[in-house]
Amino acid sequence: MAKAENLMVEQLKNNFKAFEARLNGISKNQWHQMRKEAIDAFTSNGFPGVKDEEYRYTPIGKAIEKNFDLSMLGIETPETGTFVPVFSKEHAIHIFIRNGKIDHENLNDISEAGVEVCSLKDALVQYPKEIESHLGKYANVHKDSFAALNMAFSNDGVFIKIPRNTQLEKPLIVHYITEGKGEEKIFQTRNLIIAEEGSNAKIIESYTNSDNIRQFSNHVTEIVVKANANFNFYKLQNQGNQAYHIDSTYISQLRDSTLQSYVLTLEGKIIRNNLNIILDGENCEAHMFGLYVIHEDSHIDNHTSVDHKAPNCYSNEVYKGILDNNSKGVFNGKVFVRQDAQKTNAYQSNKNILLTDTATINTKPQLEIWADDVSCSHGCTTGQLDEEQLFYLRSRGIGKSSARAMLLHAFVNDVLDKIEIDFLHDYFNSEMYNRLDWES
Amino acid sequence: MLKIKNLHAGIEGQQILKGINLEVKAGEIHAIMGPNGSGKSTLASVLAGREEYEVTEGEVEFLGKNILDMAPEDRAREGLFLAFQYPVEIPGVSSNNFLKTAVNQVRTYRGLEPLDAVHFLKLMKEKMAMVEIEQKLINRSLNEGFSGGEKKKNEIFQMAILEPKLSILDETDSGLDIDALRVVANGVNKLKSEDNATIVVTHYQRLLDYIVPNFVHVLYNGRIVKSGDKSLAFELEEKGYDWIKEEVDSVA
Ligand SMILES: Nc1ncnc2c1ncn2[C@@H]1O[C@H](COP(=O)(O)OP(=O)(O)OP(=O)(O)O)[C@@H](O)[C@H]1O
Ligand SMILES: [Mg+2]
Repeated sequence: MAKAENLMVEQLKNNFKAFEARLNGISKNQWHQMRKEAIDAFTSNGFPGVKDEEYRYTPIGKAIEKNFDLSMLGIETPETGTFVPVFSKEHAIHIFIRNGKIDHENLNDISEAGVEVCSLKDALVQYPKEIESHLGKYANVHKDSFAALNMAFSNDGVFIKIPRNTQLEKPLIVHYITEGKGEEKIFQTRNLIIAEEGSNAKIIESYTNSDNIRQFSNHVTEIVVKANANFNFYKLQNQGNQAYHIDSTYISQLRDSTLQSYVLTLEGKIIRNNLNIILDGENCEAHMFGLYVIHEDSHIDNHTSVDHKAPNCYSNEVYKGILDNNSKGVFNGKVFVRQDAQKTNAYQSNKNILLTDTATINTKPQLEIWADDVSCSHGCTTGQLDEEQLFYLRSRGIGKSSARAMLLHAFVNDVLDKIEIDFLHDYFNSEMYNRLDWES
Repeated sequence: MLKIKNLHAGIEGQQILKGINLEVKAGEIHAIMGPNGSGKSTLASVLAGREEYEVTEGEVEFLGKNILDMAPEDRAREGLFLAFQYPVEIPGVSSNNFLKTAVNQVRTYRGLEPLDAVHFLKLMKEKMAMVEIEQKLINRSLNEGFSGGEKKKNEIFQMAILEPKLSILDETDSGLDIDALRVVANGVNKLKSEDNATIVVTHYQRLLDYIVPNFVHVLYNGRIVKSGDKSLAFELEEKGYDWIKEEVDSVA
């Protein structure tokens, strides 16, 4: 890190001391040791700069240093509790994290639904075994500075355990809500989710910013999907145009498990998604779907990595984007197939439509294969709306904007249809239409 | 119904239509023939409103309105229909949804109530029977994976659904087997009335046995260089275009 930034390092170290002091009592646990390791890692590595290959097209570190008062790191912001979610109550189990703090009030009702939920803080006491085996075991603080910053300063988040052989009927939504007054908000939320053997669940992380406040949210979720479990994980990102959001998900899959991951993005100033999946047992399946439909000067970066460590696993990734106005997209998809991972099937595709000359996309597949008996493919395409198709529809009396809508819908439809939760499917669909002003 | 006066149009500075004059009245059928590359499809596209062609001179009046400044969808809503020489495939757009949207947007433009599901279905069934198109084609994405003949049939099906005032059929007969040709021609004839008109672009006199034109025009090098009755089509079938080209080129 450059000398000019030493000031920031000092500031952060002081923040960290003050933050730890405020934690009184619980500071001497295992979390504390990990925090110390993390702050050391962060202060020696700093925010990733443009020279960092992983952040080359997404200079989010710089943007955060420029736009946020980092002395607010580790200081809680009051929540107002005013935000009401768009999804109706009865369709799902709801958990609220308001301005980075979990809302304890409704947590008790939830346990009745067959799932164990508490704040991560409480989990340190209630679920020490799970915390010890999994917290911080997947998000490596030395490899990713945002993981380090999160580990150092996070103090709240949600712990979810889907017990053995439990089938959750309704999806569980974790609402991350930015709300209330003030110029800016900074959150470092952290979650741990454990899908026990043979369980089956759908979990949605939904992000909103109800007052369109400038926010720096650095979010880490670690997920363990145990043997023969079926886990569906949705992210819905719709945080207004002032959100600088780093969203890191680390998923470890054990044998015979199935994962469906969906990353659905509508708006943010800069959003960086890190989706890291490790297939750590035989016969796993990982399906990764992404849709980003963005406009104005939103910037969305999806970095995904699927690491085939065991034989006979299958991964399939389909990400599609529609970019309007001056929006920017970045896609980087890594697939690793380790030497032991024979009989791997791994597929990847990224397709984009740019609606203007000023929208851009950088897409890069990255396959590294050490096993020899594998079947892998990847492909990416970027294009405009097809003028001939558009003319064909219009020549039948269909207005220009309806015709555009039909074609764009046709483009995203195969991924959209993979969303197995009806209200989420419909919400994304209608937001997508509104966002791009497709109706005539 | 349609009045084209001295129409000049081109693309990227290249002139393709070099002064087309044509008048089509209600109840008439006009055939346009002419060698490859003479500008027949360009004329059809310009009439339908394809924006990549630039009109540099002339006028087109349709049902008393100047249509050159109209969007393609509005021309269609006014009653113009183009059956494409090469209909595009649109994967992911269901034929059903496409047709319903088209019908109802046209109806709304004309001040009619949109059709509900029941009435729309009834209309579909009726027209499907008329042009002998199978349900399984309609269940697929629009034109996706259709054979050449199936695509052409689908064009006529859409025409039957939309009931245009003026239909321009651009080589709808090319690539059809004899049975399909008869079906397509029958469809066109059933839709024919005193109030509408048809322009058929074709290379083959064969079609004109089924769809009998009032006038036959020869388009060559961006102009209509000869017009006559249906006997002109027989003459062309027999003698080809060379004699016309010679006539024109010697005058020029
Ligand atoms: N989009 C375009 N770009 C460049 N040239 C074009 C374009 N459209 C038409 N042309 C040219 O204009 C001329 C007329 O083409 P057009 O398709 O109208 O001919 P046509 O009479 O329909 O021929 P055919 O009988 O083969 O269908 C051709 O030389 C063609 O290459
Ligand atoms: Mg042609």
